[in-house]
Amino acid sequence: MSETTTHLPEEKARIGAPSIPGFTEEGENLSPLNDNASSLLGGDSTKGHSHGGGVGVVDSSRAGRLTSYNVEDFAPLTGREEDWRFTPLKRMGALHTAELTGAAPKVELLGSEVAQLSTVAADDKLRGVALKPEDRVSANAWKYAADASVLTLPKSQDAGHVRLRITGESKDAAAQHIVVVAEENSEALLILDHVGSAVLAQNVEFDVREGAKLTVVSLQAWEDDAVHASSQQASVAKDAAFKHIAVTFGGDLVRLAPSARFTGERAEIELYGLYFADAGQHLEHRLFVDHAVPNCKSNVLYKGALQGKDAHTVWVGDVLIRAAAVGTDSYEANRNLVLTDGARADSVPNLEIETGLIDGAGHASTTGRFDDEHLFYLMARGIDEKTARRLVVRGFLNEIVQQIGDDELQERLTETIEEELAATNN
Amino acid sequence: MSTLEIKDLHVSIETEQGEKEILKGVSLVINTNETHAIMGPNGSGKSTLASTIAGHPRYTVTSGSITLDGEDVLEMSVDERAKAGLFLAMQYPVEVPGVTMTNFLRTAKTAIDGEAPKLRTWTKDVKDAMSKLKIDADFAQRNVNEGFSGGEKKRVEILQLELFKPKFAVLDETDSGLDVDALKVVSEGVNRAQAENEMGTLLITHYTRILRYIKPDYVHVFVDGRVAEQGGPELADRLEEEGYDRYVNANA
Repeated sequence: MSETTTHLPEEKARIGAPSIPGFTEEGENLSPLNDNASSLLGGDSTKGHSHGGGVGVVDSSRAGRLTSYNVEDFAPLTGREEDWRFTPLKRMGALHTAELTGAAPKVELLGSEVAQLSTVAADDKLRGVALKPEDRVSANAWKYAADASVLTLPKSQDAGHVRLRITGESKDAAAQHIVVVAEENSEALLILDHVGSAVLAQNVEFDVREGAKLTVVSLQAWEDDAVHASSQQASVAKDAAFKHIAVTFGGDLVRLAPSARFTGERAEIELYGLYFADAGQHLEHRLFVDHAVPNCKSNVLYKGALQGKDAHTVWVGDVLIRAAAVGTDSYEANRNLVLTDGARADSVPNLEIETGLIDGAGHASTTGRFDDEHLFYLMARGIDEKTARRLVVRGFLNEIVQQIGDDELQERLTETIEEELAATNN
Repeated sequence: MSTLEIKDLHVSIETEQGEKEILKGVSLVINTNETHAIMGPNGSGKSTLASTIAGHPRYTVTSGSITLDGEDVLEMSVDERAKAGLFLAMQYPVEVPGVTMTNFLRTAKTAIDGEAPKLRTWTKDVKDAMSKLKIDADFAQRNVNEGFSGGEKKRVEILQLELFKPKFAVLDETDSGLDVDALKVVSEGVNRAQAENEMGTLLITHYTRILRYIKPDYVHVFVDGRVAEQGGPELADRLEEEGYDRYVNANA
């Protein structure tokens, strides 16, 4: 089927249509992939069809991204790489070069009788079930993680609200590995509550098994000096539902890469995010939804507010719909609200579609200043400017807060947003 | 009794071609309990007058004055004007995502009155006003104007008019885009507010249709940024028959 859409034979070309190298009647031949599937650049998506061909181009398709458990396979970072070009490497606390031998943040389980937390050795077979490092920092964390914390959500049980408090107590560069196993038909709302301070390279994997319903809130409530690079990967099995909500407002540099991969049909993935960057903060979110099987559904929405000099946010959203993923329904959007001068929001939605037989795929990105018409409308009703601004910002971010479904956490976030707004008198 | 007085008002906007004068000397005196209709062809400056009274930043007053009981309105910020008793029912009410109607109405009422309304009576007031305007009770939980139809947005403007009880209401083409039933419901709301609150009304419209339901005491015809003619309700009847042609042609 993809043969006809992506590789039109010459004789089928419209009569009179000029022949342009690299183009078919359908348009440009995008994503030239390496046909050699054994190559590091050859993902599954290269096998089923034949467009492009020839030599693979690094980073040209999300499917071609290098993945490896061995840090040496990744070239040393220069900052010019596509997936590092926005990140200030100097502020990374050497997470990409150092031996990550510092003490990993303490992990404590709070609030559930059903969920079980244990520690396993670094070579335990649970490690790597759902995660394979996709960048040098993640691979470095893989190498240096001394052990792994394993949270098990037992099958067919509702574990309710589960909180893992992850407390950073040292500024020595450290590695951490967390495995979450959501067994068959389990249900839970898991909060990864990052507090304290740390220089941390972290891998978190979510093994979401058949019929499980797992909601994860990864909350980055670090102290101002924390550095946190986290790769959070999920494999989502048949009929399972995985919802991931990244909430980032603390830390000097946070680089979170949530990715989710469908492994069975009729599963659902939702990735949400909320970030609030103040002066000098670098908050980066790079997410990936991998549609490799038919009839799955995904939705992505990240919203961010920025204020103050050199507040910088980066959002990169990759959605890949592979040739086999017919019947896919997918949407991704990023919305940024820039509250003051001097802040910068980068937003890059990437959508790759390798089959036409889908229900829907869309992407959107907006970065805007405060809307003066909103302000005028509210002020024309007697509401002063400061209150009006707060109403709008709170309203803007609330769309994500409402997704969380935990009253206590929602309240805490609402308070945090108020504090952030009060800080610069918005 | 209160008086809203507009004296020799000149208003400009910034365009790509430079500054453009829209209002070229408008004078009006409106007292509470009076209804003034402002009519005129498209582009004559009717909506500019409405937005200028409310203080929209796009419009610059180059000369003239607006006073409310002698107080200089032009010196007031947008929210101060609302607190002083001016209300603008907008032609295109904006959607405010993430802010629920309930929250918005209570916040605005508190700001205008300077104190929070008593919760029990307030909830009842809102419910009653909504039901009279045939607004579904679900709207209270929805975000301000988000996903509302044109007619629903206009009803919600009048809902605010009834709840906030201003001294003067400026209705900027509230009738546009309304079907006959909605027009009746909205007009009844305006008439109620006028009867209950001793309100003065500045009714801006292109069509005479709404004047069947809201009876004007005075009619002013705007042409090219000036009042071309004024009179009693009979002037509206004449416009109904003759249209604006004779002003526009005379002007050309």
